[in-house]
Amino acid sequence: MNRRALLLAPFGVAVLAGAGFWTVLGRMRQGSFDPHDVPSPLLGKPVPDFTLPGLAAYQGFSAADLLAQLRAGGRPMLVNFFASWCVPCVIEHPELMALSRDGLPIWGIAYKDKPEAASGFVAQRGNPFQRIAADQPGRVAIDWGVYGVPESYLVDAGGVIRWRMAGPITPQIAAEQLRPLLKTLA
Amino acid sequence: MIPELGHFALALACALAFAQAVLPIWGAHRADARLMRAAPALALGQLLALGCAAAALVWSSVADDFTVLNVAENSHTLKPLLYKVTGTWGNHEGSILLWALILALCGGAVAAFGRGLPSALRARVIGVLGGSSAGFLLFCLLASNPFNRMWPPPLDGRDMNPLLQDAGLAFHPPILYAGYVGFAVPFAFAVAALLEGRIDAAWGRWVRPWTLASWSLLTGGIALGSWWAYYELGWGGFWFWDPVENASLLPWLTGTALLHSAIVVEKREALKVWTVLLAIGTFSLSLAGTFLVRSGILNSVHAFANDPTRGVFILGLLAIVIGGSLLLFAFRAPVLAPGGLFAPLSREGALVLNNILLCSIAAVVITGTMYPLVADFVFGSKISVGAPFFNATVLPLAAPIFAAMVVAPGLAWKRARLGPALIRLWWAAVAALAVGLTAALGPAQAFPALAFGAAAWMILGAFAEIVERIRLFRTGLGNSLSRLAGLRLSVWGTTLGHAGMGVLVAGVAGMSLATQNVVLLRPGQSVEAAGYSWTLVGLRDRPGPNYAERVATLRVAPLGAASAGGSFVMEPSRRTFPVQRMTTTEAAIETNGLADIYAVLGEERDGAALMRLHYNPLAPWIWIGALIMAAGGGLSLLDRRARVGAPAKARTRAQAEAQAPDAGSAVA
Repeated sequence: MNRRALLLAPFGVAVLAGAGFWTVLGRMRQGSFDPHDVPSPLLGKPVPDFTLPGLAAYQGFSAADLLAQLRAGGRPMLVNFFASWCVPCVIEHPELMALSRDGLPIWGIAYKDKPEAASGFVAQRGNPFQRIAADQPGRVAIDWGVYGVPESYLVDAGGVIRWRMAGPITPQIAAEQLRPLLKTLA
Repeated sequence: MIPELGHFALALACALAFAQAVLPIWGAHRADARLMRAAPALALGQLLALGCAAAALVWSSVADDFTVLNVAENSHTLKPLLYKVTGTWGNHEGSILLWALILALCGGAVAAFGRGLPSALRARVIGVLGGSSAGFLLFCLLASNPFNRMWPPPLDGRDMNPLLQDAGLAFHPPILYAGYVGFAVPFAFAVAALLEGRIDAAWGRWVRPWTLASWSLLTGGIALGSWWAYYELGWGGFWFWDPVENASLLPWLTGTALLHSAIVVEKREALKVWTVLLAIGTFSLSLAGTFLVRSGILNSVHAFANDPTRGVFILGLLAIVIGGSLLLFAFRAPVLAPGGLFAPLSREGALVLNNILLCSIAAVVITGTMYPLVADFVFGSKISVGAPFFNATVLPLAAPIFAAMVVAPGLAWKRARLGPALIRLWWAAVAALAVGLTAALGPAQAFPALAFGAAAWMILGAFAEIVERIRLFRTGLGNSLSRLAGLRLSVWGTTLGHAGMGVLVAGVAGMSLATQNVVLLRPGQSVEAAGYSWTLVGLRDRPGPNYAERVATLRVAPLGAASAGGSFVMEPSRRTFPVQRMTTTEAAIETNGLADIYAVLGEERDGAALMRLHYNPLAPWIWIGALIMAAGGGLSLLDRRARVGAPAKARTRAQAEAQAPDAGSAVA
């Protein structure tokens, strides 16, 4: 009896491991678990303090400007780090335009980009942003904890970061994560 | 047209594999000789069909057929021909096809060389291999078809990841996969033995060469991958305990254990149940490693196209192969008759110790690899387990192996005495102590000094076996030399295998003394570091086929050398691949066999170049050691006794026939 239990043990271990992987994969497919996800320490915290000049002819902004606008509007806003040299930003761009059309205010920060290149990017493809600041040295991006562009932060009316997306906001991500969140925050 | 033929050949191979899985095993069960005889033909047919499919994929890639989605996503007209060929297995779909092709090759090899096997055992082995093939081919057809088309075709392809465009890495996957997949044969033998309910010494003799061949290939494959990381990633490291690396190390560890326990089955018919479990476990770990890498479950620097959906398919496949075989094991293992008894202190006992330690290391590596996932999933905390954990847990388990592997070959079977085995190693122990002390008094700290001592112990101790066998200095030199010539190749195999491990350990210990300097140099400036004077002669651009290259020319001369005779030129570079928008560093490495001089070109600022200059003592020994180990496996494989069955029989028959006429004439 003991020997039989011992011989069954490898099978039991394999079944347990298989069941574990099955659960993990299931959650990954639902999108409720992502082992590659790197959490932002800023989630649930107020926006960091910063002041940035405008990009070319566009109006720049500081943390105070952002908070004032949030209080005045009384609804969440999206802060988006982008660059003209970044390919995923091109992929993301149509979805930002759609979100902007649907009434979500988006403020952009051009990350480590030449002013003429970044403004050319917006002029050529369409402007989803109400204001665009330039973070040419990339220091403010460090304060925000930006991993790479594009990266977006949803700030609620109280000035607290509620959601972050490292990578392009695809239509799927917008539909599954951002838009439902906007409904609950509105 | 060609891709359609390839697609058809793939489907044909899948159908043949299903037939190969069902007919021979059914035939063996019913003792139907005709059904069993179908096995080799089906295996060879499957191999032929898959060969055609792989050739079709290579042709599509070489001919730049961008209507094939796989080619469009991974190739480019400007990509050099070599990488157009090797690029076919540098991506997910193609690598699964390569995997299946090697599996079919194993089946074909058993079909072609297995004539000496009992027909029922051969039919079952080929059937089990066919079953595994069928699963992988179904996965290939349904979830990762390399022949999928795209219309309209793009003007040009998206090119391959530049890091993979490298001659070393081009041949890394086939060798590594041959190692992984080769363990399918011991696995098939184990399952066949469980089905049959019988294991004898002949089974052990059959399993061992296959294990040996796979083990040698896996050793070579891992070494090649590590060497690639060393010179291509430009960090100067050689092993990162990355999940993908661990996934290849796990079957190596259990495969090494299998290699040794199969000896016990062959010589003493003991440890049967354990050896069967190891054979199943080793192949299971090979499969599970692939699954973990492809499903995107584990974080790794080696990004394959991750896809949870594919992960579910592979998981289902694994459930059938691993779950099925382990269930069979649970119910059939008690049938296997236990074999010879042995005292704890004996050759068998030493091999059991080897198995226990190797499997403990494997368990520790699994724990370290999986823990971040468990912590993330169960506790929601992001952690990473890195080198400190693995070094702290693996080294204490490896140290007793290093100590024991020298003594074990000198122990007798069944019951041994430790004294004589230790006494004949006295000179190796003295030399190892001397090496360790010299290192400790010299540049090394306590730990590397210990490792140097262990390395000397392993290398010299391995040759002590040879010294003992030829009775060197205890009999005439001529007698010793003739004994040396008469030594069996498998003895040399053991010696090289164990000595190679020692060389590897010496290399790793040497690397712990490596120095690294980051310097900012303008053309014409020079700097002194690591006993050399480094002069940046110039920076220039050099065009490449599908990249632009920035090359630094360094003149390096040993300090204190009066003449310029010892100086040499190094050209580290950075390559920018416009299609993939990626930059790779090409480290320049100058080696004299005892140390590597390693230079990496970094960013440039205001006409000055940031450079990293490394001095890596004994670095080449890491890969030389691994190669010696693999060569030891190969030598063992060449031993006549390893090629049991048909050849041995033919010889005895030939001898019998040669003697027969004499006997006849004597009677006459």
